[in-house]
Amino acid sequence: MGLFDRHAGLLEAYRDVRTTGYDPFQIRMERVLSPTEAIINGRKMLLVGTNNYFGLTFDPSCMEAAIEAIRAEGTGTTGSRIANGSYSEHVALEQEIAEFYGKKHCMVFTTGYQANLGLISTLAGEGDQLLIDADSHASIYDACKMTQAEVVRFKHNDPSSLEARLRRLGDRPGNRVVVLEGIYSMLGDSAPLREFIDVCKKYGAYVIVDEAHSLGALGDNGRGLCESAGVLDDCHFIVGTFSKTLGAIGGYCVSDDPDFDILRVTVRSYMFTASLPPSIVASVRQALKVVKAKPELRTQLWSNVSTLYEGLAAKGFKLGPQHGPVVGVHLPDPMTAIGFWRAMLDAGIYVNVAIPPATPNGVSLLRCSVCAVHTKEQLEHMIEVMTGIGRQLGVLEDRTLRVVGGAR
Amino acid sequence: MIVETDGMTDTLERARVSGQSRGEVIREICRHLVPFQTGERPITGDTVIAKDLTIDSLAIMDMVMELEDHFDISIPMNVVAEIHTVDQLADTIQKLCARR
Ligand SMILES: Cc1ncc(COP(=O)(O)O)c(C=O)c1O
Repeated sequence: MGLFDRHAGLLEAYRDVRTTGYDPFQIRMERVLSPTEAIINGRKMLLVGTNNYFGLTFDPSCMEAAIEAIRAEGTGTTGSRIANGSYSEHVALEQEIAEFYGKKHCMVFTTGYQANLGLISTLAGEGDQLLIDADSHASIYDACKMTQAEVVRFKHNDPSSLEARLRRLGDRPGNRVVVLEGIYSMLGDSAPLREFIDVCKKYGAYVIVDEAHSLGALGDNGRGLCESAGVLDDCHFIVGTFSKTLGAIGGYCVSDDPDFDILRVTVRSYMFTASLPPSIVASVRQALKVVKAKPELRTQLWSNVSTLYEGLAAKGFKLGPQHGPVVGVHLPDPMTAIGFWRAMLDAGIYVNVAIPPATPNGVSLLRCSVCAVHTKEQLEHMIEVMTGIGRQLGVLEDRTLRVVGGAR
Repeated sequence: MIVETDGMTDTLERARVSGQSRGEVIREICRHLVPFQTGERPITGDTVIAKDLTIDSLAIMDMVMELEDHFDISIPMNVVAEIHTVDQLADTIQKLCARR
């Protein structure tokens, strides 16, 4: 058997995708001009698929902080947090994130993926039960492959489905660890966190919430769904990333657990990889300051979400169930999704395309992510373009024809 | 739907003990698998779920979730990973039902 034979199905699907001309998985950003614009295929494109919710990648204060840090401390740490890779700035960043959440402890990881992978697989071990939402991110699923714990999925955003699974465990020994996400990355919907917390309390389960897409976006202070749902104290571990709202890269975990520091010598994805470079630590520290100082970015983000979501809904697009910084547009099948995506690229707009097996329930999506610094004009232009393509591809009914027909 | 139940008499016996009839378990599994049937090939106890049908791994896990709720049991993911055939899935369900 050849090394790639087991991927034959995927290879075939990938080949089909590529016959459409562009390969959505190998788009090259020839030059990124700003949080909302880049040159792709020699053309200036509007970017609406970058997870750059506050547009901080080009924030002058964050950029300056990073440049200064490079001059002062060099380009990289060349070592892990448990060896030569813990600088004063890493520790300061951890303190600042802990303070931001009002939690006692924080650990910074090199990516959010590694934070989930290491934390979840370490917290739930042999004899424990790990309960995860069916639509969990790949990093959570991968953690499940690494743990000796029993893993059970519950229905997406369904506290009663979680409750049934906790109830079935009865009085079996073992810790129950439940993993939830603040905002789900494909459809932009939020967990009914309060209800989930009630269930977890009833059954004495520990709760981990991944706020990757909700940091900055939700809560009066931008702490995420835990804050907006008023359950910060009931979430035992909060995980997040620097690669979205904070415009850089890296992951973190905060908690009040008194024995938290044991994680620093047990979580392998923390111990056996190099720490974040000084420039990133500096820009993230500055970005966190910006998040605190400029709540108007959050207001602007939600106003833009509303423009895009309501605009697309009014044209008849089928969207994710609720407003969110991610707006998922449902399309009938993968080939239509790829065709639609490509037509948008031809019209100068970049979004993400998501198709099975990367999507829940086999849906095909255009995944748009909104940025606080998108202008209303940019988003209205996008709605216009999408409506045109939607009609051309028969995804939307052609209302103009119907009106003409009805007038006769 | 064509379900062959030949050669299942011994498992039927086991099922009676556990209180969940083998027939009912198989029927319930098949109800979920029929949409993924390929051509005229019947779904039998020997059907290899991920291979003989057009069902992907995510859809298998979703089906398992439905079966869990129907039978009020939980089937951990690592157990699902070891299940290949319809018979094996039915065995697992019956075993867990008996322990309930
Ligand atoms: C829900 C969720 N968790 C974790 C991650 C991983 O984040 P990072 O980019 O920091 O690895 C992502 C990003 O893709 C995500 O969507």
